[in-house]
Amino acid sequence: MTAHELLEKIAFNVIQGRVEAEDEGFDEGLEGQPGVTELVNDALAQGLEPKEIVLKGLTTSMEAVGEKFERNEYLIPDMLASAECVGVAMDILSPHLMKAGVEGKGKFVIATVAGDLHDIGKNIVAIMLKGAGYQVIDLGTDISVERITAAVKENQAPFLGLSALLTTTMRVMEEVIQQLKEEGIRDRVKVLIGGAPTSIEFAQEIGADAYCKDAFQAINLLKTTVT
Amino acid sequence: MLIVGENINTSRKRIAEAVEKQDSAFIVQVAKKQADAGADFIDVNAGTFVDREAEYLCWLVKTVQDAVDLPLCLDSPSPKALSEAIKHHRGEPMINSISLEKDRFDDMLSIVTAQPCRVVALCMTETAMPVTVEDRIQAGAELINRLTVEGVALGNIYIDPLVQPVSVDTRMGNAVLGAIKTIMNDFPGVNTICGLSNISFGLPARRLINSTFLSLCILQGLSAAILDPTDKRLMANLLSTRMILGKDEYCGDFIDAYQKGIINKE
Repeated sequence: MTAHELLEKIAFNVIQGRVEAEDEGFDEGLEGQPGVTELVNDALAQGLEPKEIVLKGLTTSMEAVGEKFERNEYLIPDMLASAECVGVAMDILSPHLMKAGVEGKGKFVIATVAGDLHDIGKNIVAIMLKGAGYQVIDLGTDISVERITAAVKENQAPFLGLSALLTTTMRVMEEVIQQLKEEGIRDRVKVLIGGAPTSIEFAQEIGADAYCKDAFQAINLLKTTVT
Repeated sequence: MLIVGENINTSRKRIAEAVEKQDSAFIVQVAKKQADAGADFIDVNAGTFVDREAEYLCWLVKTVQDAVDLPLCLDSPSPKALSEAIKHHRGEPMINSISLEKDRFDDMLSIVTAQPCRVVALCMTETAMPVTVEDRIQAGAELINRLTVEGVALGNIYIDPLVQPVSVDTRMGNAVLGAIKTIMNDFPGVNTICGLSNISFGLPARRLINSTFLSLCILQGLSAAILDPTDKRLMANLLSTRMILGKDEYCGDFIDAYQKGIINKE
């Protein structure tokens, strides 16, 4: 296989959600053919640049998955299968990327705010961001205002994602933003918020940079604000 | 099987509009439909109006109980909203809900023990959403112990194992079913309750999934459900499941429902 064909195969199999050769995939009849694990290892063995594998094999294919999700062609399980492929590929590629000194798209601190234990949506966003090339620092759930701002500072993270599912806890997001202001680092970090009770209006009201309906919207927003 | 009608919730757009406009006729209509369809309790939730939740919840309590002779399930994570709403409630309400989360248990406990009522207890651990069957059983057992020590009767406790979407993790169905079975076995007399719709989040044909899930929950011993009682297919499924499992003496409820037209002719 040529390098180009190999990269196309990787992208195709990410979209199919096939981690290994034994996986079935979204379409029928693919079982037994090499999956993302085998193909990424092949690509490295052939001497392809790790960065090129990420960009042409993983990132573009996750964008395609995002488009399919928007069109309701893909549902959450399909999206998660693709994300798992990207996760596995990144595990294989990370040491090579580090060796080559390739930098990612930047650090992204993410947390569910204090008083709130819901993590499903936050976890999906974290997986997708990893797949899109961000270095995700997931603080977990029920994270205090102080811990969130400390993590942004320590990591000098240019991005912060806040999640809340409860109407009683969404207000904590505002406290986080206030705290960032008080510490004089508000202008150094883009704050993205999400979660069922939140909205564009709420994001504006509390002074967040953006409201994200779902993981793909977060990634799209980052693309337009960063580049 | 105790049925809590879920339709009066301000996360639904038409309900939110009616609450904002104080359109009591619309709310009464939604309440009556659920009562006629067999609801034992009517859930009222004004949680989306963060700043005015207490005020709106009180209005809902008065409006619904003026028209329907049923107790209500007062649904809020806010102790303030609940303690206000209870003042307007006639009869014994169901408080939805208490959990082991840090301050929430103590704040809610004083409300729950202040008058006779039933209480929904969520199987959240102190620091996380439950993942496995064991997480749920552990949280459920602790809730039951702590509530009964405070004088809450076992039969007034409704343990909610917390349903999460199978679209995100295909083990979520079994996690709830296993928890219901063990909790009902280990604590005879306690109740289990759950909402259904979370199970099908992110998937197509949600009504089919919810309905199948309800049957499986009943098989494990679920004794109460928060659902839309005006959904005829769902209610028909509930009634036939109970009957098949020997929970409907002389098939009386099923036959009644059929004669009343709740179950359609084939």
